[in-house]
Amino acid sequence: MYAFNYHRPDSVEAAAQALAANEEAKLLAGGMTLLPTMKQRLAMPSDLVDLSGIADLKGVRAEGDSVVVGAMTRHALVESDATVQSKIPALAKLAGGIGDPQVRNCGTIGGSIANADPAADYPAAVLGLGATVKTSKREIAADDFFTALFETALEPGELIVSVHFPVPEAAGYAKFDNPASRYAVVGVMVAKTGGGVRVAVTGAGPSVFRHGEMEQALNGSFAPEALDGIATPADNLNSDIHASAEYRAHLVGVMAKRAVAAALG
Amino acid sequence: MPDTGIGASVRRREDFRFITGRGRYVDDIDRPGQLHAVFVRSPVAHAKVTSIDIDAAKQAPGVVAVFVGEDMAADNVGSLPCGWVVTDRNGDPHKAPPHWPLVRGRVRYVGDHVAVVIAETLAAARDAAELVEVDYEELPVVVDLSAAGTGEQLHDEAPGNLCYDWELGDKAAVDAAFAQAAHVSKLDLVNNRLIPNAMEPRAAIGEYDPGTDNYTIYSTSQNPHLLRLILCAFVLNLPEHKVRVVAPDVGGGFGSKIYAYAEETVCTWASKRLNGKPVKWTAERTESFLSDAHGRDHVTQAELAMDDEGKFLALRVDTTANMGAYLSSFATSIPTYLYATLLAGQYATPAIYCNVKAYFTTTAPVDAYRGAGRPEATYVIERLVEVAARDLKVDPAELRRKNFIQPDQFPYQTPVALVYDIGDYEPSLDKALEMIRYGEFPQRRSQSEARGKLRGIGFSAYIEACGIAPSAVVGSLGAGVGLWESAQVRFNPTGSVSVFTGAHSHGQGHETTFAQLVSDQLGVPYEQIEIVHGDTGQIPMGMGTYGSRSLAVGGSAITKACDKIIEKGKKIAAHLMEASVDDVEFADGQFTVAGTDKSKGIGEVAFTAYVPHNYPEGVEPGLDETAFYDPLNFTYPSGVHIAEVEIDPDTGETEIVDWVAVDDFGKVLNPMIVEGQVHGGIAQGVGQALLENAVYDDSGQLVTGSYMDYTMPRADDLCEFRVGMTVSECTHNPLGVKGCGEAGAIAAPAAVMNAITDALGEEIDMPASREKVWRHAQARFKAAAE
Repeated sequence: MYAFNYHRPDSVEAAAQALAANEEAKLLAGGMTLLPTMKQRLAMPSDLVDLSGIADLKGVRAEGDSVVVGAMTRHALVESDATVQSKIPALAKLAGGIGDPQVRNCGTIGGSIANADPAADYPAAVLGLGATVKTSKREIAADDFFTALFETALEPGELIVSVHFPVPEAAGYAKFDNPASRYAVVGVMVAKTGGGVRVAVTGAGPSVFRHGEMEQALNGSFAPEALDGIATPADNLNSDIHASAEYRAHLVGVMAKRAVAAALG
Repeated sequence: MPDTGIGASVRRREDFRFITGRGRYVDDIDRPGQLHAVFVRSPVAHAKVTSIDIDAAKQAPGVVAVFVGEDMAADNVGSLPCGWVVTDRNGDPHKAPPHWPLVRGRVRYVGDHVAVVIAETLAAARDAAELVEVDYEELPVVVDLSAAGTGEQLHDEAPGNLCYDWELGDKAAVDAAFAQAAHVSKLDLVNNRLIPNAMEPRAAIGEYDPGTDNYTIYSTSQNPHLLRLILCAFVLNLPEHKVRVVAPDVGGGFGSKIYAYAEETVCTWASKRLNGKPVKWTAERTESFLSDAHGRDHVTQAELAMDDEGKFLALRVDTTANMGAYLSSFATSIPTYLYATLLAGQYATPAIYCNVKAYFTTTAPVDAYRGAGRPEATYVIERLVEVAARDLKVDPAELRRKNFIQPDQFPYQTPVALVYDIGDYEPSLDKALEMIRYGEFPQRRSQSEARGKLRGIGFSAYIEACGIAPSAVVGSLGAGVGLWESAQVRFNPTGSVSVFTGAHSHGQGHETTFAQLVSDQLGVPYEQIEIVHGDTGQIPMGMGTYGSRSLAVGGSAITKACDKIIEKGKKIAAHLMEASVDDVEFADGQFTVAGTDKSKGIGEVAFTAYVPHNYPEGVEPGLDETAFYDPLNFTYPSGVHIAEVEIDPDTGETEIVDWVAVDDFGKVLNPMIVEGQVHGGIAQGVGQALLENAVYDDSGQLVTGSYMDYTMPRADDLCEFRVGMTVSECTHNPLGVKGCGEAGAIAAPAAVMNAITDALGEEIDMPASREKVWRHAQARFKAAAE
């Protein structure tokens, strides 16, 4: 790890200022990716702005027909929170399947989606449930948030404040994890919402994506069998020593069916 | 029976300090004035090093020194030796190219040691290491073992990258048997490369004392005296009596900490160069992946000849073994004397021939890893026997039973050099079949199929040779050392006992089990016995722990030392009781005179020995005895493991749903610890079969260089293991014990793979990754549907 300056502001405004003041500054929102990268000397931020001291960014609350999760809410809290468990149990289940207990007690939802790792779980929840990401500057719809591999719509100096999940009629998440890292090789969130069915796939491609053909089929009939015969093209899917693109394409179908079955309880 | 004696499941006394963070490992040790070493490692697999510019690094803040291979050459530092000479088919010794602690002009694997930066702080050393500029002129890499013979030559000494072409067994007899065979079954297989992953990374502190000219080396070693011997006699040219090696608490080794490595060598040498400043190095996990000696890595073709009733006639095995870039300390012996000699397994196969070709490649050195050659042998035999049963359409359990060596055949001379002293294989098989409820397997398979799953059952009837080893035997086979063990048992004046053992505990629980043993033998309360190990400054010359040898060899040495204590104690007790020595008996801590009610406790006798006011003439004071034990033979633990798996054809996931392990370890000292050893071994064997795989890419980069990609088995990958025991006591050591540390890792891979291939109906190689299993399961389902 290289030397860096450490800041621990107590408000979103102060954090945004600290971030803006240094071009090479990075936000520390749990650090589950950033810190190992820094330890391996693959990243050398001049400044770390630790968001853990900002009370406003933490916690879960119900707000109208939505569940609002603060950006600095740890995965373990989302997993165990009574509001999440009663209104969007699939989200609690997803949070409880991230990494291991240490990761779930350090990592945060804001840190996860800002990093936009193609194999992370939360992007599937945000996109699949049609959430809105509230930042220090604006509101960003999930469909506009994840733009590419490790890329989001966040602008320099912009930080996530909270994620607003509309409560779905039903939702389910199924994950096929990497046996070593326990990231998603393929993770599929299926949600039946007022605006129709949404299917979001993480792990399989360079960035989380919606599966239009599956959504169409499930709008016709919300049952696992509705997905029979829908093949996911392997083109442009990820391929590594744990899973080829072809295998991932197959797993998208298997996990989507399991997610629908989970949604149907 | 006291609850701490032989046969009692005493809780491990060392665990209190381990699980409360009070263990003291090498990295916990900080010496006054200590400096920190960081190694500059090769980022490429094979290259000429055309220049190393250390100027900027030397001038960096806090840096004390930067050394390269030429600095060590100038001090006549030697090559890290391989301590076992394998003589090839032509009578020539194996090719032994030099293995310099810091490279001299050429790097041969990613992670090879190019330079060392020594600084006042670890951070300063790391920063400066980035300033060392190395020019590499890249050479073609040799990663594919099967093409190693035609690849770029790594060492001038080894044309065709061949280390040796070695054989064992009667080739003519095997060829003749195959010519007459009614059936021949064949299997080609890969034994995948593994990375040991001890919980504690390797670490070392080298400390030279200019005042006394003594050296102290703190090292994560499984065998401190052996490390001292290698460093003194072969590498650093130091007199042994001036060097002390301390291996304190060591967090696992699995073989990887047997060897003498570059890092401790460099730290020790550098401390002298730096006028006695202690030099410390602790591996980062990445360095463990890159530079710990790896395990396994064989490619094998095997054939089994049988008569028309399924009796085994002959076995023919052709193996290619990967040595990596250089020979690690005992690398040559693993695919030869610890592998081919085990190919008889539990079977009375009359003729066996094995040819092994070992090659150098541009990968990390390969050496012993839990089981070391014996898992590879069991894997060959037990996979091939399963294939034979499928070819013949006979029950795999019954085919094994038909070919077992029978109890009246012991001692049994195998066709591959070893003589098994004892074994009784059918009871283990019968017990395992009963525990797994073998007769009901078809129903369980149907139930699985009803749930859309494929179920399979797999056997592994393994044997191992452990309790390594009779010195004369291994010496005749090329070993450079004797493999006896030592023990010193010292009564303290107030009756407690300090036991100094040459064995080394790095997770095995010796502090508990050896205390149980001594308590049993001397009748001294368990709590009053301390086990001391791991410090050449305290213990007698010892050979350390590997090859499941500690109890069979080290425990036997302790027994011999206890016998000497009792022998001397009898003389003292006889004097105190005014009796003839010949009439004195000893049991349960009491010396008694036969036919009388006279008795003296051993504590009083010990006190008398140190306060000899009333003492027998001609007897030396003190009660402190040392013994060495050289085993007469290997010990031969054996057993049968049966695994049941369920495969999800939609995803290729394999779930281990049941496991029974019936092992014959001879007499068992602490059943709980033995069971724990079995569990751990199975977990590692399942890891090899399903998850673990060291992968180098086409450019020689280690792809699986972190836990993001190298898959260790975890609790949720396993099932409850059901462990049973049968007992045939070893005939040639005083305790009747055999050894249990490696059995699980030896037995498990074949059991898993036989179960998976049973479910799939075709042969696949390890690791049975989910994608690989999925492809075969899909094919099977499609075939079934058509």
